[in-house]
Amino acid sequence: MIKIQIHKNLHGINKDTDLDVNIEIKSGEFLAISGKSGSGKTTLLRILAGLEKAKGKIEVNGEIWLDEKNSLIPQKRGIGFVFQDYALFENMSVLQNLLFVKKDINLASHLLQITELSALKNRSTKTLSGGQKQRVSLCRAMMNRPKLLLLDEPLSALDSEMRAKLQTEILSLHKEFKTTTIMVSHDPSEIYKLSSRVLILDNGKIIKDGTAKKVLLKTSGSQKFSFSGELLEIKKVDVIFIAIVSIGQQLVEVVINESEAKCLKIGQTVNLSTKAFSPSISY
Amino acid sequence: MLDILQNINYTPFILSFKLAGLTTLILFILALPLSWYLSQTHSKIKPVLEAITALPIVLPPSVLGFYILYTLSYNSSIGAFFHEYFGIDLVFNFHSLVIASCFYSLPFMVQPLQSGFESINKNMLEASYISGKSKIVTILKVAIPNIKPALLTAIIVTFSHTVGEFGVVLMVGGSIPGETKVASVAIYEMVEIMDYSSAHIYSGLMLIMSFLTLLSVYIFNHKQKFSGFIK
Repeated sequence: MIKIQIHKNLHGINKDTDLDVNIEIKSGEFLAISGKSGSGKTTLLRILAGLEKAKGKIEVNGEIWLDEKNSLIPQKRGIGFVFQDYALFENMSVLQNLLFVKKDINLASHLLQITELSALKNRSTKTLSGGQKQRVSLCRAMMNRPKLLLLDEPLSALDSEMRAKLQTEILSLHKEFKTTTIMVSHDPSEIYKLSSRVLILDNGKIIKDGTAKKVLLKTSGSQKFSFSGELLEIKKVDVIFIAIVSIGQQLVEVVINESEAKCLKIGQTVNLSTKAFSPSISY
Repeated sequence: MLDILQNINYTPFILSFKLAGLTTLILFILALPLSWYLSQTHSKIKPVLEAITALPIVLPPSVLGFYILYTLSYNSSIGAFFHEYFGIDLVFNFHSLVIASCFYSLPFMVQPLQSGFESINKNMLEASYISGKSKIVTILKVAIPNIKPALLTAIIVTFSHTVGEFGVVLMVGGSIPGETKVASVAIYEMVEIMDYSSAHIYSGLMLIMSFLTLLSVYIFNHKQKFSGFIK
């Protein structure tokens, strides 16, 4: 059980906000944190790692990491951290990166095998691709069998194919090691696939807390489909109006009536929903 | 030509290199912790320390030499202390040259190391702390190996700069053959007594050696940038 009750002043670009987080995380849970940039997600991870100061209390399996008087140094917390930019030790080979954490050649070989890196173990980390670097970073974080694994947008720099592959690897590592994991992510499908619980942070406060299904599914009432997207353009074609909306990586055209066209503003975030009963899926 | 090269008195050169080698070694040991501190601290005294370390770049060597001479001579308490208790004189001998060179070349060691340390990805250091490694282990195993080009630049530039120093050496050490008469001072004296052929040979040797050292630094740094495999 991890109890987190922290408070910190965040110096944002536009305004100062307060990070106020009060949560309990069960052992073995996979928690995802999502929210706009500047909402305090990374800061929260860094506080948990002991890399940044904060007021409050952190208790992990009965061990006090932070209270009014003391803050346990990062070296003694026994965590794994995967940085957004990988942060591999560039002077070492893949295998050396892992062994630097702990001289456990069996575990290192096992991790490299799971992540299909065995063939690259003697390569300099400078020559690896983004996906390979991220895997090394993940393996390195697992080397001291952490009590808590922190992932800071671990897959954000990768293409969708590589993402899907690494998501599976993260999931199998989580199942095997049963490490309590906290991951910052923006990708709903990633969160849905990996996490058992989602927090949404906004301006330093938790505004939603629940299962991925409950927090992320945007449909409500009788709607069958609902997507949120950005309104890019409204075109008038003969007597009808067509709105072009960007949803995820795709653009869609929707017919709207004149009064709707007058209310909507370009750049606005809009919800697109349908009540059709049997939509077809094709690929 | 070979005749001329064989008949040259190489003592000033040997002295120059001995001085530069010692100075580089001492400065390397002293500057590593200082430059690490400067690269990591956000303290208010950082600009003060940076200004002090950079002073030898702007000060005329004669000014620096004068202050060092004054501080180390018997007239000052430091000079008197060493003379009284250790029987060591700190001026007009080789010791004084080493002390003066350490001050004179300090920025050339500290600045490349500091910018090297500053250029390291902070997350890399934090990853090491999180792995349970202390600051010392992190500096030795992660920080220093990742700034090899900066290390080499610092060492070579400090060495070359000390070989090339003239004003401070002359002020603090004078020109005692075999003791304080380094190559640059020797060349100055040769020109003064109009022995141009010797001055030519000495200067030519200095030029070639300086060029070769700098060339090797640049070749190494270039190779470092494009090297892929760790042996």
